[in-house]
Amino acid sequence: MKVAITSTGNSPEAKLDSRFGRCSYFAILDTESQGIEFIPNPNKDSIEGAGPASAQLVASKDVTKVVSGEFGAKVKSIFDSLKIQLVMLPDSEKTISEIIELLNHKN
Amino acid sequence: MPRPKRIRRVTNPPHFKGFKPLGLPDGGAPVVINFEEYEAIRLSDYDLHGQVEAAKIMGVSRPTFARIYESARRKIAEAFIDGKNIVFEGGKVYFDSDWYSCNDCGCWFNHTEKEQEISSCALCGSANIQPYSEDDDAQLEEVCQCPQCGKEFQNFQASDCNGDICPECSCHMIRKSMSPHRRMRNQKCRMQ
Repeated sequence: MKVAITSTGNSPEAKLDSRFGRCSYFAILDTESQGIEFIPNPNKDSIEGAGPASAQLVASKDVTKVVSGEFGAKVKSIFDSLKIQLVMLPDSEKTISEIIELLNHKN
Repeated sequence: MPRPKRIRRVTNPPHFKGFKPLGLPDGGAPVVINFEEYEAIRLSDYDLHGQVEAAKIMGVSRPTFARIYESARRKIAEAFIDGKNIVFEGGKVYFDSDWYSCNDCGCWFNHTEKEQEISSCALCGSANIQPYSEDDDAQLEEVCQCPQCGKEFQNFQASDCNGDICPECSCHMIRKSMSPHRRMRNQKCRMQ
């Protein structure tokens, strides 16, 4: 199973980005192999439509779960129709590695 | 120009594309069932909700729900009798899902696979979760108030409160959440 986490930087020590569409990086975690791939977000400075474009990028990586601080209204319905689970962590100061730890705790 | 259609909420879209009749050569135009019609059938005949309840879940009025449901049944009947294919497609809908919050890690998550019961947090795996509901506003909408004595009653019909009459002072009731200037207009009892 693959999980996408929005990140402010390209290392596991970076914090969770509170925005989905205009986050700096997407961390794609493979829960089986524990491999992490950091993808810079090309829609970071978009004026409009950053959410749907980012959703497309994330969906193309076959993730089943997305962790972020918040999601916009356009994004929510896209992910719902793609059956991708959304996880919101409001006002979180957690780092990527802490979130990965939380996710692993489950498995 | 008619008022635009309200966008219908679909909480559980079908996970396959349609139906095919057995033992017929493939041909003919398929019957297109909208997602909203699929949802109406699911809510009424599968989850066994009443029409008032189902209409509320889809975010439309009760008469509109009845029309969607009626149209769905006619399409299904047409497909059954004429042996046509059924495809699920289109409709003025948006997809929605149920949200839960976790009391341990403070996260919010939604639930996309309705078939599976949710029992643990999507992030930390804790069982200490609770469903999130936004019923507070909706409940205010359903309370009727008597302008004379101020008594409140639950409006079970989901209808206009104006049709209901207060048993104490036989006034026409008004909706509790009604805006003040409409409220004034409806205070017929005081005028008399």
